[in-house]
Amino acid sequence: MRLRVPVPKRDPLERSRDFAEVSLGYDEREAVAEASRCIQCPSRPCVSGCPIGVDVPRFVKLLAERKFSEAYRVLTDRCPVPAITGRVCPQERQCEALCTLAKLDQPIAIGALERFLGDWAYENGLERPKRVDAVRGKSVAVVGSGAAGIIVASDLARLGYEIVLYEALHAPGGVMVYGIPEFRLPKRVVEAELRYLDELGAEVLLGAVVGKTFTVDELLDQHDAVFLGTGAGRPRLLGVPGEELNGIYTANEFLVRVNLMRSYLFPEYDTPLKVGSRVAVIGAGNTAMDAARTAVRMGAREVWVLYRRTRAEMPARLEEVRNAEEEGVKFVFLVRPVAFRGSFSVESVVLEKMKLGEPDESGRPRPLPTGELIEFEVDTVINAIGFHPNPLVPSVTPGLKTLPDGRIYVDSSCRTSLPRVYAGGDVVVGEGTVIEAMGWGRRAAKSIHEDLARS
Amino acid sequence: MKTKHEVLRRRALAPGIVDIVVRAPLVARKAEPGQFVMVMADERGERIPLTLVDWSREEGWIEMVFLEVGVSTKKLSALREGQEVYHVAGPLGNPSKIERYGRVAVVGGGVANAALYPIARALRGLGNEVIAVVGARSSSLLVFEEKLSEFCDEVHVATDDGSRGFKGFVSQLLDELMGEGLELDAVWIVGPALMMRACAQVAAKRGVPVAYASLNPIMVCGMGMCGACRVKVGGRVRFTCVEGPEFDAYAVDWEDLIRRLGAFRDQEGLSLRLYSEAKRA
Repeated sequence: MRLRVPVPKRDPLERSRDFAEVSLGYDEREAVAEASRCIQCPSRPCVSGCPIGVDVPRFVKLLAERKFSEAYRVLTDRCPVPAITGRVCPQERQCEALCTLAKLDQPIAIGALERFLGDWAYENGLERPKRVDAVRGKSVAVVGSGAAGIIVASDLARLGYEIVLYEALHAPGGVMVYGIPEFRLPKRVVEAELRYLDELGAEVLLGAVVGKTFTVDELLDQHDAVFLGTGAGRPRLLGVPGEELNGIYTANEFLVRVNLMRSYLFPEYDTPLKVGSRVAVIGAGNTAMDAARTAVRMGAREVWVLYRRTRAEMPARLEEVRNAEEEGVKFVFLVRPVAFRGSFSVESVVLEKMKLGEPDESGRPRPLPTGELIEFEVDTVINAIGFHPNPLVPSVTPGLKTLPDGRIYVDSSCRTSLPRVYAGGDVVVGEGTVIEAMGWGRRAAKSIHEDLARS
Repeated sequence: MKTKHEVLRRRALAPGIVDIVVRAPLVARKAEPGQFVMVMADERGERIPLTLVDWSREEGWIEMVFLEVGVSTKKLSALREGQEVYHVAGPLGNPSKIERYGRVAVVGGGVANAALYPIARALRGLGNEVIAVVGARSSSLLVFEEKLSEFCDEVHVATDDGSRGFKGFVSQLLDELMGEGLELDAVWIVGPALMMRACAQVAAKRGVPVAYASLNPIMVCGMGMCGACRVKVGGRVRFTCVEGPEFDAYAVDWEDLIRRLGAFRDQEGLSLRLYSEAKRA
């Protein structure tokens, strides 16, 4: 049996000093070689592992036959932004996890193939699916231009709906532009993929903060339906003494400064970011890995990830954990911060040692405090323990039902408690991945189309 | 689609203090006293919060007054009529809690005197007696005195150097006025953090029942997702951009705010120096 073709990556020593992309992606020869490993099994388990139902075996087969344009067409039929999803999907838990070859040895590198086609299409000027105009004269407001909103917008625009995307920030893309670093997902890729919305005639209104600039009721006056994809943008705080000291960032502030505001190019760009020499990142999800690797690139001498469980329970993608380690990020397990100390800026974090107990509601062993404290010197802290759903829209939208933890309530078809209002993505699930949000967006688009076609 | 945020009028009110009127119909139609906008002067600029000073729903413009302190405000100041502000989002934050209090003082320092204007107008609109107590370092830096007199029953002025009105800080003037028998039912304080702290202390000492301060922490997103603007009020962490910007002045942890405002001082200095050198070259 042939081994999986490795995806070329830049050398850790070189890449940890700049923000250029870490993974280099396959070239044609590598992509074709990898695609031809696919055994085209009849059960097609990979398809059911994809939240947006990409026909993986078909595009992989066409790729193996060097029919790149056809392969791209099959891919973009279900996924409008393959250059993005190919880079940031947790394939090892989705399509690749179910791949028949994974049972024997190594699954097909589906993500890398997807990325290859996405990039190849740009280099060769391939066109994406056009509008079919099955629907006329109906308009949908999409609130939030992140992963969920993009799918709703492109699915419905393709069908002929008039779409307006309402984006609060000065650039569309949501977490793909403010959260995921350049070295994992270059902004030029996001910009190029989002150009598809223009091609479909969708309008993007920037600086439009729904809940402030417009209410949901006002959107309902102007549109036939409203989709809320406002994300999980409110940072969770640790709630321990000293958290207000300078040098302690939420992961969102840290990543927004670097990614959206490009503070890694300061002073060429105006937004500063201060990173000291000894950095602690609290948490062990993808955001924590992004923050830790960014801190390395911003010149920190030591970057420590502090996590209250063990390596086995880390929620981050395995590949990103490996990348972080290669770049010099170190890990301390079974600790939780109980206080920060310092006068003007943070000087140390007091950690309590933890041990693992019985599984909790997440199915992972519950971390239990031991009472034993240690003090850890740091000059910068990044809190990456997670997010709450963005509360702005629910707080000013009477009748929009939310769950006790702030998520917007929806039925299994993404319908909220308000007529003609739909929701999906992180504001509904709490926190997920780009592709999970896209899965919600697809489901919402289907419901919107069903409901509006009937009316 | 991008709304064109054209500068409709720009004038210097005093050395380093600029008043701009910008086309922003979506903001103007929702603007209320006490709210602010996030502004980027150009593509590489910072996102900076500016308080709304005035607006017209019919004509679709908003007015802001700011002090040139760093690169971002210098870039904004460099825009001329007909040029475009790269980005404007808003209106953000919560409107001032305008009620019928009785006699209210609006207290300001420096450029913030302009921010008092819509608050004074709204307070007067509800039948309050409104007293302005405003200050500046020197008479040449005093702005919005006349504009405030449109809606204020009295305007009292303090300057640090005594070149106009009371010689001293605005907090000292407030203390003196209240010592002379001025009784207040509420007070609004807008200005630099040190000035706001001093005024809050005076108001507390003199027993003013209601005191609001409009906080000015470092902000990045302006809509509650980054947490940069967190402040401590009444022992709780609050996000100024979505829970403020006005809070009970007696409950604000001023030391915390003042410390956090200094977080990027070195970088701000570097950025400004490079900008000034580039302009000279």
